[in-house]
Amino acid sequence: MSSSTTYQPRKMSRRQLITDASRGLCGVGLLATGLAGYAKQSQSLAAQCLRPPGALSEEDFLAACVRCGLCVEACPYDTLKLGKLFEPVTTGTPYFDANVIPCEMCEDIPCQEACPTGAISPELESINDAKMGLAVLLDRETCLNTQGLRCDICVRVCPLMDEAITLEVQRNVRTGHHAMFIPTVHSDACTGCGKCEHACPLPEAAIKVLPLDIAKGELGKHYRWGWVEKDNAGGSLIDEVLDLPDRLPEGD
Amino acid sequence: MKYPVGKEAIEEKGWFLAHRFLLLRRFVQLGVLALFLAGPLFGLWIIKGNLSSSLFLDVVPMTDPFVALQAFAAGHLLETTAIIGAVIIISFYFLLGGRVFCSWVCPVNMISDAAHWLRRKLKIRTSTKLSRKTRFWVLAMALVLPIGLGTMAWELINPVSMFHRGVIFGMGAGWIVLVGIFLFDLLLVEQGWCGHICPHGAFYNVLGRYSPIKVSATNRDKCHKCMDCFAVCPEPQVLKMPLFGENKGFSPVIKSADCTNCARCIDVCSKDVFKITTILPNKAEV
Ligand code: SF4
Ligand code: SF4
Ligand code: SF4
Ligand code: SF4
Ligand code: SF4
Repeated sequence: MSSSTTYQPRKMSRRQLITDASRGLCGVGLLATGLAGYAKQSQSLAAQCLRPPGALSEEDFLAACVRCGLCVEACPYDTLKLGKLFEPVTTGTPYFDANVIPCEMCEDIPCQEACPTGAISPELESINDAKMGLAVLLDRETCLNTQGLRCDICVRVCPLMDEAITLEVQRNVRTGHHAMFIPTVHSDACTGCGKCEHACPLPEAAIKVLPLDIAKGELGKHYRWGWVEKDNAGGSLIDEVLDLPDRLPEGD
Repeated sequence: MKYPVGKEAIEEKGWFLAHRFLLLRRFVQLGVLALFLAGPLFGLWIIKGNLSSSLFLDVVPMTDPFVALQAFAAGHLLETTAIIGAVIIISFYFLLGGRVFCSWVCPVNMISDAAHWLRRKLKIRTSTKLSRKTRFWVLAMALVLPIGLGTMAWELINPVSMFHRGVIFGMGAGWIVLVGIFLFDLLLVEQGWCGHICPHGAFYNVLGRYSPIKVSATNRDKCHKCMDCFAVCPEPQVLKMPLFGENKGFSPVIKSADCTNCARCIDVCSKDVFKITTILPNKAEV
């Protein structure tokens, strides 16, 4: 034997090898099952937690983000936080609560710049195209504007005022001779930065930014808006309205 | 054991020499934490991020390869920065002997060492049997689960990342996990976490298998079997053959990748049996 013999703790019998292996497999299998359940459960993001601008879709984000916090440290406004154990966001991943500190929509997007993994996708070119969520005027019973008062704060703080959020005039039926200015969010422009939610003066904001999958409805794939199709086609798609013979109930 | 562990070494070499690697190691461990903390605390941005991924002096990216692999298994190919970072870290720990991460950098090591120390002080001998191979099963699990789930499941509970992240970004309820590890190591399984379960350690074990830097029982003929090195070593099984296996033809080099290169055995040996060597000249000698 040479002195370079590799270190071997002890020779294992095949039986012991199999026992050891199956014990390991069982124990770890149990752990894996628990962990898989926990992982599945923590894959859904709570409604008040928003991802940084440019973040991949939640599913891809959880596969990509290594929880390094470089985005958190890059954010000059302390907007982003890393989720802690038992918080309603996957442990260690960055999020922000617009109600606490909204995203200030930095033009150079430092959080995206800092992310080494692509979890915050480099594909987002302008912060104005970010889709962190969507503002929704959730409570029309407390929003001051919907009661005919002029608050307008959410509209005025919006970085994309008159694009992402506008005031739509409605008749105030209560007084009969005033107008109501209803804050109206446009999903194509709203970045979900959360400034409106943050600025709303109510103790609990009437307007809130929600993650897109919660905020948006979805049309069935087969659905077509007749008027859009008509515009696209430059005319009605059916030559003439079908006039089916009227059928009256039989007898008298 | 008639003496408390290490007493002989202290008498022979003096307290400082009998603790120099321990002190150096704590200095490095805390120093690494301090470097990461200097940014958020004092605006001194030498290094940003945390052990999972970081940026040194705004230029050099570093990414934990185990975490990077989990992302890959979850179906995401990292951007170049993170991949370069992983290659840098892989080369670093490959050269130094993978589990150098465990003993010189990982913050959980301090918890594990504390539990081990307290065990000795309180003379707790009971320990539940658990195979030291378990960690490789856990490692496999941590790399397989993301394939099915599409998310880095292990990172939800990985105490190594959680501890380091917690120190820098706020611990939240994460301390529960750390207290859990301490109690587990203290009361249930000796060296339970680091020696049996941690897949992070298992990963660096695999990475460091053929590293050139090893500890060696070079002067094993001087050993007078006080067994102090066995008492302090976090992986005592690695010592047996290099120390006592001469007549069976075993080299004095501790080749097992379980060895964390912590060099505590060097500290604690009153006869200076151990030293840090490289594999290369040793091979030439034979
Ligand atoms: S865009 Fe600016 S304010 Fe918004 S999260 Fe990123 S760094 Fe923070
Ligand atoms: S910088 Fe990227 S990988 Fe790091 S925590 Fe932020 S999103 Fe995750
Ligand atoms: S800031 Fe709040 S109360 Fe004011 S108009 Fe907007 S939603 Fe209504
Ligand atoms: S075994 Fe794991 S927890 Fe222990 S020191 Fe190594 S990496 Fe850290
Ligand atoms: S053999 Fe020595 S260097 Fe290796 S783990 Fe044990 S005490 Fe540390």
